Amino acid sequence: MMTSGMFTNYFLPGIWITVQVTVYSALLAAAVAFLVGTLRTSRLWIVRFLAGCYFEIFRGMSALVFMFFLVFSLPLMLRWQLVPMWAGVLALGLTYGAYGSEIVRGALAAVPVAQREAGVALGFSRSQRLRRVEIPQAWPEMVPPFNNLLIELLKGTALVSVIMVSDVTFAANLVRFANNESAPVYTLLLVVYFAMAFVLTRGMRLLERRAKAGVGQEQPRGGLLRRGLHEDAGEGAGALTAGGAAR
Amino acid sequence: MNWDWDVVGDYMPRFWDGVQLTLQALVLGSLIAFGLGLVWAIAQRSPYRWVRWPVSAVTEFIRSTPLLVQLFFLFYVVPEWGPSMSPLTTGIVGLGLHYSTYTAEVYRAGIGGVPQGQWEAATALSLPRVRTWLAVILPQAIRRVVPALGNYVIAMLKDSPMIAIIGALDMFGEARSFSNETFTSEAYVVVGVAFVVIAYPASVLIRLLERRLVLTS
Repeated sequence: MMTSGMFTNYFLPGIWITVQVTVYSALLAAAVAFLVGTLRTSRLWIVRFLAGCYFEIFRGMSALVFMFFLVFSLPLMLRWQLVPMWAGVLALGLTYGAYGSEIVRGALAAVPVAQREAGVALGFSRSQRLRRVEIPQAWPEMVPPFNNLLIELLKGTALVSVIMVSDVTFAANLVRFANNESAPVYTLLLVVYFAMAFVLTRGMRLLERRAKAGVGQEQPRGGLLRRGLHEDAGEGAGALTAGGAAR
Repeated sequence: MNWDWDVVGDYMPRFWDGVQLTLQALVLGSLIAFGLGLVWAIAQRSPYRWVRWPVSAVTEFIRSTPLLVQLFFLFYVVPEWGPSMSPLTTGIVGLGLHYSTYTAEVYRAGIGGVPQGQWEAATALSLPRVRTWLAVILPQAIRRVVPALGNYVIAMLKDSPMIAIIGALDMFGEARSFSNETFTSEAYVVVGVAFVVIAYPASVLIRLLERRLVLTS
């Protein structure tokens, strides 16, 4: 049976590494998602094309294969090596960033055209419009799909155990080698991941509520507009979650 | 930059073996995911709470834990008190089970999208329950969700290299053992390119399918 020493000596440090990998790769993925997602709405076709290429390549690529490429191929080809943990973060961040860019693009496209036109009429520059008008309104719509993506990312972090990063899956494998009791070890591991996913989902729900409230508060007088936005959000979210089934 | 085309040439025969295994795992895994997902979706609409509740809990649990860990569980834990399976079989079962929880959501959305009037019409015609599902609800529900199911097949393709970790020789498993034997790394690049080359046309196909089904329904 698993002793408590095994838990504190192996599982707890592993959980901490998993949390770190999740946080770093989520930050990288968010940066990539916003960058590529906004670039894909650019007016210049070449920018749209390049951002689209990035999206298609990383959406088609398996994160695990890309991780192995970073850890084993890159050092041999370029004579330049990444620390395994950063290789894992890079692979997860770039891959999930590509999925996230589609969420950002979709949410930006769902902002009513009148908002964009109003920004133009007020003489906002393109970046001002994005920053002040389009992204704040698209944000509440992005949060629920980002939540799903974050859970996928958390699950993806188990892959870094394969490239010798001592995350919680790696720790569980070590414990199994040590005492050959696989049932309690892997059951506990599954429960740990489930608990982390649960905490993340709760956090994102909170964020979602705040984001929705934020949009409402910024438009104190516009009761009509608020309702309009709300309906729009419902439609957009439905289309995103049901994968086009709702249309 | 060290790149040797001869290594790529040496790897290719094993690559094609790996592709076969990957596609096999993908097809069988998809069949399990489509079938089991439908079972979960229908069970979640059951009138009995003691059916609905456990099914929701189990699918939620499977959906929010990593496939890799589930594969370890199936490969190392299940044989202790159940059947012992080969790496490939474990991989197929794992992929199918994991993705069945996603396809269950897809079916659920599709079933939810069938207008209430269809249910009422079936009741008015006093169709039996089984016939209501098979002849009225499912044909309408599944038709709308075909593109979404296709997206999950692509997602499954991208997760399929995980079965190499428990020892199945799919494209990635072949690349891994080839690279370890020859101290080279070109095989990983070949596999990476292969994933994009397979996944991109597939996603284009699904987009076309989606447009077609949306137009005609």
